[in-house]
Amino acid sequence: MNIVVNPIACAGHGACAELVPELIELDEWGYPVIDPHDVPAGLERQVRKAVSSCPALALSVRERQRTS
Amino acid sequence: MNGARTQPVSAAGGAARQAAGLPRLLPHGQGHARQPVAYRGADLIEAIGRSGLTGRGGAAFPVHRKLAAVKRCTMVIANGAESEPLSRKDATLLRLAPYLVQDGLHLVAEAVGAREVRLYTNEDGFLGGQETAVLNKVTGGPALPTFTPPRPAERGYLIHNVETLAHIALIARYGADWFRGAGTETEPGTMLTTIVTAGGTAVRETDIGTPLAGLAGLGDADLDKAQAVLIGGYHGTWLPTAVARHLTLDNAALRRHGASLGAGVIAVLPGDVCGLREAARVTRYLAAESAGQCGPCLNGLPRIANAMGDLTRGQQSGTRDIERWLGLVAGRGACHHPDGTARFVRGALDVFAAEVSLHAHGRCSAESRKPFLPTGSRP
Repeated sequence: MNIVVNPIACAGHGACAELVPELIELDEWGYPVIDPHDVPAGLERQVRKAVSSCPALALSVRERQRTS
Repeated sequence: MNGARTQPVSAAGGAARQAAGLPRLLPHGQGHARQPVAYRGADLIEAIGRSGLTGRGGAAFPVHRKLAAVKRCTMVIANGAESEPLSRKDATLLRLAPYLVQDGLHLVAEAVGAREVRLYTNEDGFLGGQETAVLNKVTGGPALPTFTPPRPAERGYLIHNVETLAHIALIARYGADWFRGAGTETEPGTMLTTIVTAGGTAVRETDIGTPLAGLAGLGDADLDKAQAVLIGGYHGTWLPTAVARHLTLDNAALRRHGASLGAGVIAVLPGDVCGLREAARVTRYLAAESAGQCGPCLNGLPRIANAMGDLTRGQQSGTRDIERWLGLVAGRGACHHPDGTARFVRGALDVFAAEVSLHAHGRCSAESRKPFLPTGSRP
């Protein structure tokens, strides 16, 4: 699975970067820059917590699938 | 292939083409409407698949894959918004051969079982023609891009550029093999191009793969006097004239130079204007046209535009910032506006590097200060 941010919903609260600093850092304007790779198994719980903690409901996880 | 294979929007050129037995989109579309439709429904979808037709709105996505992706289609929308200020081809098509667009629209709706069709021609800013913005507007929202997924096709909406639909109307009559009689093996067919030069703007129907230097209306004189060519519009790529004049107009050739056809805009920057100032002005326009919905685009584009403006005034302190910001905006929006803007600016900084240096020394190569590239309302 990988992390997806809806950039329209994201308001730059930064909670995700605090909860998963291994995969998410904030840019100079406070918006998350997300590691595009698969989430390592050891971080899945942290990532799910970040998803449920996002005040803007902008974060989600997506199972890898082939897309166009 | 040579210039004779491009078709100017004039009666003479059209007659020559028709005499050669190759009816195409312009300007004799009306004649096609009298031809019987040979492929409908599943046969049409199959013919579109064999034709290799790709979307003519800019993304060049295979049309048959879009048709296959649509689920329980409720509406087919012909997208004629043409929100790129340089482009004229959709408006020209709608003026000269509206029946082809209408016919393609109805044939597609019939083939996918959609009960409703729309022709969308709103002019709602630079992003108003983006597929998700079109759908948002049609379904009662503002003409602004939305986050995907779900893509419009997954929601039951099929949105095709008007030129794409006109090609479908012709494929329905003459078949896939006929369609493949023009263009290249991997990119078949013709395409409408908008050619912008010092002499004005012209729309041409061109075989994909035609040498750029051979495009009718784009004489050697234009290229000799040019300093750079912008391919693909304001989300496109700047190329030095020396590179551009040896290219053929197909994505396979253009990709090797980081460019793509987009919606078929080719702008030839005359030698007497300043490429840096032109690029800075367009970047300012693109920043202003951001929907302001996504943080990186909202914050990054105005900063990039300001730094480009600084470069025109000889202030180079922001050069490193531009590089960093270009990296920060690309790929981080709901739509491709930040990516396309970053591509435009990168190409400009590369191609107009000598001009940037001149400006740093308080100079400028331009003889004319008259703006060349349009921003905002149509010239």
